[in-house]
Amino acid sequence: MTILFILVPVALGVVLISVGAFVWATRKGQFDDLETPALRVLRDDTEGPDQTR
Amino acid sequence: MSPALADPALIGVDCTHCGLPVLPGDVAPDADHQFCCSGCRTAWALISASGLSAYYAAEDRRRTPVRHSGRRYDEFDHPAFHRLYVQAIAGGLLETELYLDGVHCASCVWLVEQVPLVIPGAVRAELNVPRSLARVQWDPAQTSLAAIARFLEQLGYPSHPFRGGRADQRRRAEDRAMLVRIGVAGAIAINVMTVALALYAGWFGAMDPGYVRYFRWISLGLTVPAIVWPGRVFFASAWGALRARRIHMDVPIAIALGAGFIRGAANTVTDTGPVYFDGVVTLIFLLLVGRYLQQRAQRAAADSAELLHGLTPSTARLVVAEAIQEVPSESLVPGAVIEVRAGDSIPSDGRIVVGRSTVDRSLLTGESMPVPAEPGDLVYAGTLNTGATIRVQVTESGEATRLGRLLLELEASMGRRAPVVNTADRLAGWFVAAVLLLAGLTYVVWLRIDPAVALDNAIALLIVTCPCALALATPLTVTVAVGRAAKSGILIRGADALEVLARPATMLLDKTGTLTEGRLQLMTWRGDEALKPAILALEAHSNHPVARAFEAAWPAEPRPVATAARQTLGGGLTGSVDGVDFAVGAPAFVLAQALDPDNLGQSVPAHLTPVLVAAAGIVRGAAGFGDPIRPDTTAALASLRRLGWRIGILSGDAQGVVDVVAESLGVPAAEARGGATPEAKLAEVERQLAHGAVVMVGDGVNDAPAIGRASVGIGVRGGAEACLAAADVFLARSGLTPLVALMAGSERTLRVIRRNIAISVGYNLIGAGLAVTGVINPLIAAIMMPVSSVTVVLMAWRSETFRTEP
Repeated sequence: MTILFILVPVALGVVLISVGAFVWATRKGQFDDLETPALRVLRDDTEGPDQTR
Repeated sequence: MSPALADPALIGVDCTHCGLPVLPGDVAPDADHQFCCSGCRTAWALISASGLSAYYAAEDRRRTPVRHSGRRYDEFDHPAFHRLYVQAIAGGLLETELYLDGVHCASCVWLVEQVPLVIPGAVRAELNVPRSLARVQWDPAQTSLAAIARFLEQLGYPSHPFRGGRADQRRRAEDRAMLVRIGVAGAIAINVMTVALALYAGWFGAMDPGYVRYFRWISLGLTVPAIVWPGRVFFASAWGALRARRIHMDVPIAIALGAGFIRGAANTVTDTGPVYFDGVVTLIFLLLVGRYLQQRAQRAAADSAELLHGLTPSTARLVVAEAIQEVPSESLVPGAVIEVRAGDSIPSDGRIVVGRSTVDRSLLTGESMPVPAEPGDLVYAGTLNTGATIRVQVTESGEATRLGRLLLELEASMGRRAPVVNTADRLAGWFVAAVLLLAGLTYVVWLRIDPAVALDNAIALLIVTCPCALALATPLTVTVAVGRAAKSGILIRGADALEVLARPATMLLDKTGTLTEGRLQLMTWRGDEALKPAILALEAHSNHPVARAFEAAWPAEPRPVATAARQTLGGGLTGSVDGVDFAVGAPAFVLAQALDPDNLGQSVPAHLTPVLVAAAGIVRGAAGFGDPIRPDTTAALASLRRLGWRIGILSGDAQGVVDVVAESLGVPAAEARGGATPEAKLAEVERQLAHGAVVMVGDGVNDAPAIGRASVGIGVRGGAEACLAAADVFLARSGLTPLVALMAGSERTLRVIRRNIAISVGYNLIGAGLAVTGVINPLIAAIMMPVSSVTVVLMAWRSETFRTEP
């Protein structure tokens, strides 16, 4: 069971990384608006104004 | 040419732009596109010329014709506007946030965000749909904000500057900080629980003491950041309360967290006794989640406060050397002269210097009829100029106006409201403190009886009484109830309102727009049928509410054309139809030019507004106008009385009118107060608050301070935004029937909350009893613990709090 002395710190390192990623994403405003991005993706078929102007 | 249009049966052709049917006479047989009107043709030409015709491919685009106000948005380029709302950002660009009207769906996102591709110099446009806010960045050297705003308006999105920028940034920062705390607390809680599970399992097997020490130190290391980061809010809040010499719910929570942590840390260092880390971090996490749920509902409601500013127009037409300049209304200074056109809201308080008109003051006073206004008269910001163009010398602008002061009063009165302490939060803190004490006692007592199991029993007690269920009971039930209520058209802002509404007390209702329809309607008519077309012909020349009411009452009558029609402000209309001279208007006005042999003028009941009709100098008809009571009011009030509510009326309208309404609704005359100014309404609510909870129901800005001050304020459908911002509850379906559903639902919700608290407390008492007497060991306790949480969660989800109406 000595492996625990390595595995537990490794697991905690993973936790640290994911918590860091969550904090970073929150501070960047990723969770500010959970509705609009879902709508935005629906309309990405055309690249801007019609090319046939 | 499309083959379908070559078909001779052209009926059933839809407008390319708005999708409404095109009248057969307007169908152009050879054209590829058909339009119902020139407005749609223009809009279509604009959208396709901008290269945005993919808009028409979007199936869910709104099917209503786009309306244009024709605004020039010149004030958006005014230096004062830029000082107020525009920030300079990197690269010489400017940025601002615009509030867009009419944002609904995915097409809106697409259309708005194409702006940079159409307008050279517009760098970025980003839309937040739930809040209808567009963040726009542009290069001032290439384009102007007015040009962007005009383009947005042509697309169908009139814009206003977003005036809550600073408060909004602070709120956004708070929201993010809260989310970060929950995330961190959650991650730590799960890991500490995992470690704790290993430790509990270790009590049975012969776990090597070295491993035990190792795991205890790890959970200590994990708990320290949970205490100093997410847990800090409880300590900070408790400390603030203690310094103010007050006790609130965060104090016992902080004591419990602090005591549990210090004792656990000491035990870890000395390698004796139990560590309480799992309980401590789980409590932090669950309390934060409960608070976040409540805060989110309040945040959504607070957004609507921004709409307060929509009451006054953002633009004023400033008169400078006889020329008109559009400027932001915030930039007006006392002494400036502005022009207000008929149909516009007045942007600031002031005195009329040129022109006579009528002003609809219902927003401020609740009066149902516009009042005449002459040079020298005071007019107030937010009221509507219904008559003719006037010029006004500004006396106060912005927050100093009567409306601005009213809104400040509203904010202050909402701040004064005593908070209803959340039952579960209050309980949870003391509960934890009691459990810690009990655990200490258990340990000491068992140490004398049987030292070998003393520690086990103390730990089992701590685990089995984990107050997760208690902390979740209220927020979860309330969240579910609020969600259910929203589905049936009742929008509620939080637990406090539900707790108050569940106990019948005093309810004060506004009259105009709440008990009644809030618009003028023809109630009585005595006179010749043949007069009707002539009346409609004259009324077509007026935009007075009486004219609208005549038109609504007789929609099927023919409408001939009146000649020489003239409107006298505050009087009525004269004109000639088919060679006969007619006069329609107030009795004084009509009787000055006609005789009344049949005494028709006396036939209109006193509580109605009389309008006389004279043909060729003789009064031939009399109409009475009033504000009809909503059809469901009587039944709703009866149900409320049965539930135990004491009903009163608090109105700004004349006492005589209020008395008639009160009598027909069975409200005692002593409880029906008329002629109340917004300030008087507030004072009345404060007076009644001395005798117990007061619920105020209203729809107007004149009710807003009273709604904000009342124990619970309720806004009804069709109400002013200021009233909605002040209200704790908003009824999105018209009428008062939802009010009855709200009261009944609140009562059921409170019952569910009490039941959940009882279940978790009862469960914990039994568990505690078993643990103290040494019947259960830590592992069984760890299995039993989540059962209470699951029970409470299920009970909350299943609860029949609000019934979803069909």
